[in-house]
Amino acid sequence: MTPYDIQGLKGRRIKDKIFTSMVWLLTFSCLAVVFIILFYIFEKGIGSLNWALFSQNPKPVGETGGGLLNAIVGSLMVVTIGAIIAIPVGVSVGIYLAENRGRKLSDRIALAVDVLQGIPSIVIGIVIYVWIVKPTGKFSSYSGSIALAIMMLPPIIKNTEETLILIPTTLKEASLALGASYFRTTMKVMLPAGIGGIFSGCIIGIARIAGEVAPLLFTAFGNPALNFNILKPVDTIPKVIFTYASSPYDDWHRIAWGGSVILVSFIILLNTIIKIFESRWKVQF
Amino acid sequence: MKNRWRVLENKIFVRWLSFVSIVTMILLLVFFLTLLISSWPAIKANGFGFLWGKTWDPVANNFGMLPFLVGTLITSFLSLLISAPFSIAAALFLGEYYPKGLIPNIFRNVIELLAAIPSVVYGFWGLYTVAPLVSKIEMKLHMPAPGVGIFTASIVLSIMLIPYSVSLIRQVISMTPVALKEAAYALGSTRAEVITKVIIPSNISGISAGFLLSLGRALGETMAVTILIGNSPEIPHNIFSPSYTMASVIANEFTEAVGNIYLSTLIEVGLLLFVVTTIINIIGRIIIKRVSY
Repeated sequence: MTPYDIQGLKGRRIKDKIFTSMVWLLTFSCLAVVFIILFYIFEKGIGSLNWALFSQNPKPVGETGGGLLNAIVGSLMVVTIGAIIAIPVGVSVGIYLAENRGRKLSDRIALAVDVLQGIPSIVIGIVIYVWIVKPTGKFSSYSGSIALAIMMLPPIIKNTEETLILIPTTLKEASLALGASYFRTTMKVMLPAGIGGIFSGCIIGIARIAGEVAPLLFTAFGNPALNFNILKPVDTIPKVIFTYASSPYDDWHRIAWGGSVILVSFIILLNTIIKIFESRWKVQF
Repeated sequence: MKNRWRVLENKIFVRWLSFVSIVTMILLLVFFLTLLISSWPAIKANGFGFLWGKTWDPVANNFGMLPFLVGTLITSFLSLLISAPFSIAAALFLGEYYPKGLIPNIFRNVIELLAAIPSVVYGFWGLYTVAPLVSKIEMKLHMPAPGVGIFTASIVLSIMLIPYSVSLIRQVISMTPVALKEAAYALGSTRAEVITKVIIPSNISGISAGFLLSLGRALGETMAVTILIGNSPEIPHNIFSPSYTMASVIANEFTEAVGNIYLSTLIEVGLLLFVVTTIINIIGRIIIKRVSY
C-alpha cells in the first residue's frame, strides 16, 4: 500500500464513480421512458385526428369511421360539473385549515384529506354507486361528477391552505381593523391575494380527474349517443379508450389512439398552465 | 339593518367552513360504513373462508378471493421492486446531486409528465408495446405466450409509480441536515459513501414511507392493470401467468353482477381494498409528517 492509497482510496473512488454513473444512467432511463411513451402515443394518434373524430358519434360495430363527439361532450360535462361541486367545498375546507392551524381538529382534517387522496378511485365509484345509482335505479352523468368531485378535493384543499398561510397576517388584521367582517376580509382580501395558488390547485384537481375511468364505470357508465342531460348516462373519452382498447377492431383502436392524444394533450396543457401560474402568480410579500 | 345582515352573513360563513371541513373529515368513516353495510349480506354468506377460498364461481355463488389477493400482492410488490432503483436514483439526482438549476428543473418536470398520462392510456400503450415484448420473452422460455399477465402489468405499473415515489423520496432526501453530510465529507468520505452511509440510513423511515405510499397506490391501481393482467381468476403459477387483481375484478364484473350476493361480494372486495389502502396511507402520512419537522 502506497501512502497515496490510504484505506483503499483508489477502490473507493472507483466505487464512487460507478455509483454516480448508475444514478445518471437510471435517471436518464426514466427520462427516456417519458419520451418513448409520449412519442408512441402521439405517433399512433396524430394520424387519426381528423374532423370526423370531433364531429361524429361512434358508428356501430362493423362500420368504419365515426368519432368521439359524444365522449368529448360527456367528458366536458362530467368534469365541469365535478369542478363546480368540488371547488367551493375544497376552497372552504382550505380556508378553514389555514385559519385553524395547529389545532388538533384541523390536524385530523388534514390527515383525512391526505388519506382521501390515497383511496383507490374504484372504491369511490362503488360508494357513489351505492349512494346515488342504486337508489335512483339508473346510471347518470351527475353521479359520475360527484365521484370525480370527491377525487378533486384533496389537491384543491392542500393548495388553498398552503397559499393562504403564506399571506401575512398584517394584511388580514388591517382589513379587520377597518371594521370589515371576517367573511368580507376572506372574500375581498385573503382570496384575491391568494388567487394564483388557489387557481392552480383547481387546475391540478381537474388534471387529476380528466383521465379517470374507474370511478365512472358504475356511475356515468357510458352512452353511445350524444347526450346533454345530466340525469342520463354519458360516455367519456377515457371510458371509450378503455372499451375500444379491449376490443379486437382496428378501427376502434384507431379512434382510441385519437382519444388518447386528445386526453394527454389536454392534461399536459393543464400542467403547463399550472407551471406558468406557479412561477408568475406566486404569493410574494 | 345592513349591519345585522353582515353579522348574519358572517355567522353563516363561519358555520359553513366548519361544516364542510368536518364533513370532509368524516367522509372516510362514511365511506367505510357505506361499504360495510352494502357488503354485509356477502360477509354473512361467505364467512371468513372468503379470504382463502381458491375458487371464484359466481354462477354457483361460490366466492373465494385468494386468487385476487395473490394477484394483487404479487403485481404490486413486483412493480415496486422494479421501480425502486429508478425512483431512488432519480430522487438522489434531483434531491442530492443537482437540487437546483435549470436543467434539473426541466428533468423534474419531465418526470412529472409521467403522472400526466392517464391510467387507461398506460394500459393501452402497454398492450401495444410491452405485451408483445413480454410475449417474445415467453416464447424464448417455451411458455404459453399471451403477452398479458402479471409481469406485463407490473412493468407498466412500475412506470406509473415512478413520478409519485420520486417526488416523495426527493422531498425526504433534500431535507437531510447539511451538518450531517458535511461531517461525513470532513471525515474523507466519497459522495457514494455519504449517500449510502449517511443520507439513506438517516432518512430510512421517510424513504420507507415513500415506498409504502407508492405501494398503496399500486394496490388500488385499476385501469392499466385491468387491461394488462389477463383477467384470469386462478392462482398464478409464475410471474408470467395471467392473473387478476382486486381492483380489476371490481372494474370488470361490477356492472354485470347478477344477484344481490354477487354484487355485495364485489363490494366486500372493495371494502377490503379500502381498509388496506386507508391503513397504509395513515401510517405513511404520519411517518412523512414526523420526518418533515
